[in-house]
This record gives sequence, structure tokens and C-alpha cells, in this order.
Amino acid sequence: MKTNVLVPTDRLEPTVGRRVGVDLVSVKEVEESLRRFGRRYLARIYTETEIRSCQRVRKGAVGYAVDSLAARFAAKEAVVKVLRPDGVRPAWRTIEVVRHEAGWCTIRLSGLAEELSLRAGIRELSVSLTHDGEMAAAVVVATGPSELLT
Amino acid sequence: MAVEDDIRAIVAEYAKLDVPMDEVTDTTDLFDAGMTSHSSVNLMLALEERFDFEFPDQLLRRSTFASVSAIKTNILSVLGEGTDGT
Repeated sequence: MKTNVLVPTDRLEPTVGRRVGVDLVSVKEVEESLRRFGRRYLARIYTETEIRSCQRVRKGAVGYAVDSLAARFAAKEAVVKVLRPDGVRPAWRTIEVVRHEAGWCTIRLSGLAEELSLRAGIRELSVSLTHDGEMAAAVVVATGPSELLT
Repeated sequence: MAVEDDIRAIVAEYAKLDVPMDEVTDTTDLFDAGMTSHSSVNLMLALEERFDFEFPDQLLRRSTFASVSAIKTNILSVLGEGTDGT
């Protein structure tokens, strides 16, 4: 006979700490920025990998999927919320959204973003992107030892 | 045109505030007034274009773009004291 043993939750030691960040971006605003500032806007915010990932070629002309760019911007801001910089914030290009062939995305950090992540004890970052019509959003979850994520 | 007038004109065009500019003082918190993180990027790029410089990484902090006064202080710190922006 199987017996279920219930343990009061206050007796369980948490083994995993988490932080969550979310951000919402207007696709139209990203489109306006791209029209107004062009390459300067792209180069300041996105890595070459991200730019290539969002490039679309139609009838020989290169354009950009602005909804995908907006989702990536949201992901970068969500990561910043998770990193909780006290003062200087990491440059946008130090937080990279890497899209895998199957369609899911991961986050790659460098520079100050990586330093803040290590300092916080973050072991893993998970990201989910979405866009629909005029809005794009991203959620980022960071996991690590509970004592390092307080 | 003075630096401050240029900054106010750029804030009016790019910060996408929820309040009219005549209600924005030098110390009004622009984020509290409706500027989003993405709008602050446009503001940054427009300021760089107008004053012909680039904000260094160490100035990438919320406080740099928090008010007209803060923006002016930080631009002048990069361009050098005494620059009148004309």
C-alpha cells in the first residue's frame, strides 16, 4: 500500500532561488526608431547575430522584422530587471538573444551583464519572447542558489 | 540656441511624455512623466546626433536621462565644461 507523506512547506529548505523580469515594447516605436536612426539604432542596441536573425530579404531588398527586433529589445530590458544593476546598466549589446534553429531562444551575456550575472550567482537564464500586432514582450527567469539571489 | 533649449526640444520630440512640455521643469523625472526605456534610447541617439558625441558606457544609467538638468550636466561633462552648444 502506498502512503503519501505530507511535509509542511516551512520545513522544506529552498534549494533554488529565482528572479523574474518582464518587459513590454511597442513594435511601432521600434519601427519609428529604425526609420529615424537606421543603422545607428541597430548598431547601438543589437549584436550582429541579432541583426542577421531579424533581417528579411524581399525582392532583393533587405528589411527587418521590427516585431522580432521589438521582442529582443524587451528581452534585453527584462534581463536588466533580473540583473538589478545598482548604477551603471549593461550596454544593450552585452545582452544577446540567440535564436536556435527550432525557434526557441536563449540569452548570451558578455561584459558588465555577464559580470553582474556572476556576482548575483545566476546559473541559468531562460527567456520567452512573444509579439502580436502592435506589442512585443519578453519574460526572463533567472535561477541560482537561493542565498545568492536574494 | 542654448544647450538647455536644444535638450528640451529633443525631449519634447523623442521622450514621448504623458505631460505637455510646459509642465516639465528642469528637475521633472522624465521616467515618471512617461518616458519608457525604449524612448530613452531615441532620446539618447537624438542627443548624440545634435551634440556630435556618444554617451560612454559609464553614463548608461537611469539617472543620466532622468531630467533635463541631469541630461545637461552629463552632456557638458562629456563635451567639457563651458561648452555652450551653439
